[in-house]
Amino acid sequence: MTWLPAASVHAGQVDILLGGLLLISLAVLGLVFGLMLLNIIRFRVGSRVPVSAETVAHKSWRFEIAWTSVTLAVFFALFLWAARLYVVGFQPPSGAIQIYVTGKQWMWKVQYPGGQREINALHVPLGRPVQLLLTSEDVIHDFSIPALRIKHDVLPRRYQSLWFTATQVGAFRFYCTQFCGIGHSRMTGTLIVLTPTDYANWLGQTPASGSLATRGEALFIHNGCSGCHVSQPYSPGADDTSRAPSMVGLYGSQTMGPDGQRVKVDNAFLHDAILHTATVSGQAAAYATQMPSYRGVLAEEDLAALIAYIQTLSPSRLSGVGMSASPERKGN
Amino acid sequence: MAPTSDPQTMQRSYLWQDGTLRSWLLTTDHKRIALLYMASITAFFVLGSLGAALIRLHLISPTGAILSDETYSRMFTMHGIVMVWLFLVPSIPVTLGNFLVPLMLGAPDLAFPRLNLISWYLFVMAGALVVYGLFRGGLETGWTFYTPLSTDYTQGRVLPVVAGVFLSGFSSIATGVNFIISIHQLRAPGLTWYRLPLMLWALYATSVIFVLATPVLSITLVLLAFEHVFHVGVFDPALGGDPLLFQHLFWFYSHPAVYIMILPGMGVVSEVVSTFCHKPVFGYRFVAWSSISIAAIGFLVWGHHMFVAGTSLYAAVVFSMLSFLVSVPSAIKVFNWLGTMHGGAIRLDAPMLYALGFIGLFTVGGLTGLFLASLASDVHLTQTYFVVAHFHYIMVGGMVSAYFAGLHYWWPKITGRMYPEMWGRTAAALLFFGFNLTFFPQFLLGYEGMPRRYATYPAQFQVLNVLSSAGASILALAYILPLIYFIWSLFRGARATANPWQATGLEWRTSSPPPTENFIEPPVVTHDAYDYAALDHPAPAPQAEPPHV
Repeated sequence: MTWLPAASVHAGQVDILLGGLLLISLAVLGLVFGLMLLNIIRFRVGSRVPVSAETVAHKSWRFEIAWTSVTLAVFFALFLWAARLYVVGFQPPSGAIQIYVTGKQWMWKVQYPGGQREINALHVPLGRPVQLLLTSEDVIHDFSIPALRIKHDVLPRRYQSLWFTATQVGAFRFYCTQFCGIGHSRMTGTLIVLTPTDYANWLGQTPASGSLATRGEALFIHNGCSGCHVSQPYSPGADDTSRAPSMVGLYGSQTMGPDGQRVKVDNAFLHDAILHTATVSGQAAAYATQMPSYRGVLAEEDLAALIAYIQTLSPSRLSGVGMSASPERKGN
Repeated sequence: MAPTSDPQTMQRSYLWQDGTLRSWLLTTDHKRIALLYMASITAFFVLGSLGAALIRLHLISPTGAILSDETYSRMFTMHGIVMVWLFLVPSIPVTLGNFLVPLMLGAPDLAFPRLNLISWYLFVMAGALVVYGLFRGGLETGWTFYTPLSTDYTQGRVLPVVAGVFLSGFSSIATGVNFIISIHQLRAPGLTWYRLPLMLWALYATSVIFVLATPVLSITLVLLAFEHVFHVGVFDPALGGDPLLFQHLFWFYSHPAVYIMILPGMGVVSEVVSTFCHKPVFGYRFVAWSSISIAAIGFLVWGHHMFVAGTSLYAAVVFSMLSFLVSVPSAIKVFNWLGTMHGGAIRLDAPMLYALGFIGLFTVGGLTGLFLASLASDVHLTQTYFVVAHFHYIMVGGMVSAYFAGLHYWWPKITGRMYPEMWGRTAAALLFFGFNLTFFPQFLLGYEGMPRRYATYPAQFQVLNVLSSAGASILALAYILPLIYFIWSLFRGARATANPWQATGLEWRTSSPPPTENFIEPPVVTHDAYDYAALDHPAPAPQAEPPHV
């Protein structure tokens, strides 16, 4: 049995937190078992040391207040420490490589920006931030990488995100950790961290039928999106947004949500907008024709390709966006 | 001092006054209903334990030793559902609680004796439906029924199982209403709120949760059944529903349900520790109100089951803080029990050994709860064996220890017989060591990343799994042993006196076993709870004092 490796900076920080929790726990356990044993030895029947009831009653308030406030203070410190690490852990840095991971009973399908695909394996380069965009085609799954100390539930038809920067070359297991049916324990795979050179080689050697964005462009035309949405900045009629918003510069911009609030156009927004426009966009009603729902028409892999394509139409904004869920949008 | 339970007391007692089967099945005597419940939950406990035994046997091998993936999934689903709804939730309230609430109040019965009997019949029907569903077809959703797996992606028998759990909820609500009203209305003259035994404060808090939380579960299960049968989109996004909605509703019941399971155990431990230290509980009011605050704050922490589920970061931060807050009253209880021991006259009879085991194991369970309330560490540990170990430390190490403490402590009162003390201590020690060997390795497995509910696992986890399974076999022994000597004691146990432990509390003022009407003369309370001075040096003629709270 080998001890669990810590393959990212975050993993090391979580280990320090766990170490802190462990030390506090051991101290409390030592106190509880120590006092228990001392009491048993000292106050067993036969070795009785009488204590007057009045002193106890008199002292009890002071004891109660003392241990309640010490407990509260320690707990509050722990809460702050852990919460800070968690919040930071869910904010991806700019320029992360976006990899789409789709769960289905009982396998993980992985799509790279270059169009490469694989099943139950995930290749990433050392030292570069990677953002996983997770979704499911059926039930709730969970993508868990113990070596990185991260996991997140994978919900059907909704994007969740995880990010990390691997700092150790090697192969690490990932698991589905949300029970998803009888094949649950077979839904595992391997994360392979390569040096940047090896990673480039791997990408080159892995067959890909065009990049994700190229495939997305084809889908954009094939599914009739281009009939209403402008996607070419300088083509004839490029300023015609009478039927639908232009896709040029859309990704990363601000738009109006269903309740009139400002929302950012990110992966999760586009994903939901393609499947059911009216529930995520407050501007849908402003157009004469309503966009049909593409639920049941487009598979998750197609959605990933379309989004990758739409991203290329806003090159200046590509970096630093795409966090699946700004806190407002994650709620339900 | 008190009369022993001679054959004549036995004849007069609730056990033998009318021995026909009909008189048992139609009884409205809370003590007999408690025994009916005890027989039923023991049967369910055995069933659930057999499931656990098969699970641990299967996990000896990384590829799975004996079961198919499907049977394994059905087995842990069965284990969870049976143990949670048919054993842990009812356990102490419906057995010891049913038996003791009127006795501790100095009343002849609960406020609604017939409702009490109905609650048992509802429970038995619920159990029958669940068992029917689980064994004629089976179910593979886990006890948590997460959607859309449970509504649209299972071939299992969702409907009978869900209907059974739904029905068991009504049995819980009936018991809760009965306890609340009894404690308000049936207290003996002089028995003020601050003179109540802490067991009653704990059961009161439990009953409040029964009444307020259970309806939410019922509604959720109805919605689940609707989606499963009629494909009404509530939870499945493919039908336009929201899968997280189910989790919010489910945990809004199921987290408070954890306190339904543990609060009565804390009540038992308060009684036992006080008696076997022959000393009032340290900080009585703090212990009493900590039960109430656990019940109250317990309603506000359900979101900590969903830190990685896809709720908002803000919600996670707030729920994390509240989860730390809810553990403060539990810590207060532990410190107060230790304070009670200080300066007492400690006897280490079996109930006390179980109670001390509770304090130790509950503390481990509580401390590891901090690892899961802390956001960043929860992300790593949740949904692994760490969580399995954590809640078993609370539910088995804590709750089952407390149930056994209570069973041994009140056994003389219930049956009029003493259990064999030496065997009782042996079983308590076996439970402690067997339990730790079973579940401690699972903390390490969880840190290493082994997910829960896996029928097969990578070979690197085998050593710890085998250790855990070895512990389970010792644990099994610790369960079988009391079953044997309790039954033996019914026939051969020494006859019990009215108050074999020199305990305070009204239940010890009547004979063992008590007469059907509980008290020949209605008792009057003149002292605080746990007033051992008054017990050791009784005043010649006790007089009623007017209530002063």
